[in-house]
Amino acid sequence: MFEYMKNNKALSVLGGLALTAVVAAPVMAQRDPAYAAARSSGAIGEKPDGYLGFPTSPSGATSALVKDLNIKRKAAYTRKAQATNSTVEQFAFTSGCNLIMRTTPGEKYQAPDGSWQTRTSAAPQRDARCP
Amino acid sequence: MRYTTIQLTDRVNNAIRRKMRSLTATGLISGVILGLAGCVQVAAPDKPIVINLNINIKQEVVYRLDGDAKDLINEEADIF
Repeated sequence: MFEYMKNNKALSVLGGLALTAVVAAPVMAQRDPAYAAARSSGAIGEKPDGYLGFPTSPSGATSALVKDLNIKRKAAYTRKAQATNSTVEQFAFTSGCNLIMRTTPGEKYQAPDGSWQTRTSAAPQRDARCP
Repeated sequence: MRYTTIQLTDRVNNAIRRKMRSLTATGLISGVILGLAGCVQVAAPDKPIVINLNINIKQEVVYRLDGDAKDLINEEADIF
């Protein structure tokens, strides 16, 4: 009986893991289509500070979209900064290094001098402190 | 005769000492002035310190946080 319970426990742990995977899948959502479109059209670009910005003056809808995403990003940075014993700015900046690196050719990003650049297949211009 | 010679030597000696003392004093004062002038020149840059905020983010911190930043970007792919 005890043996059975032990096995059962292991099974339920496995089941729980499988369930988590199923539940977690929708949480790891992809970009909103409007956001993806604004990125690829160059209306939105990545800034070195870890937030989104506008290479050209934005429409009202784009502006609202970016504001919303930046608030969500700040919340995520704040949470992670607390967990890693760093400041929000430090964590946001480190994320910015990675986010600029992950831009795909055609997308916009801001160089350390403040100018907006279009990502090519070459490495992007990033801050000297970026890993 | 011998006495006067000694006195003369003393007088010369004192004169030399006085001269030396004043030389040392002027040397010290000019040294201090030169030093001060140097200090003022070093402290002079009067440009606004704009980059100061960025200095809070040191490279070693960026390196330490890099893995966690990558995790976050993967975890919340919808906002990045």
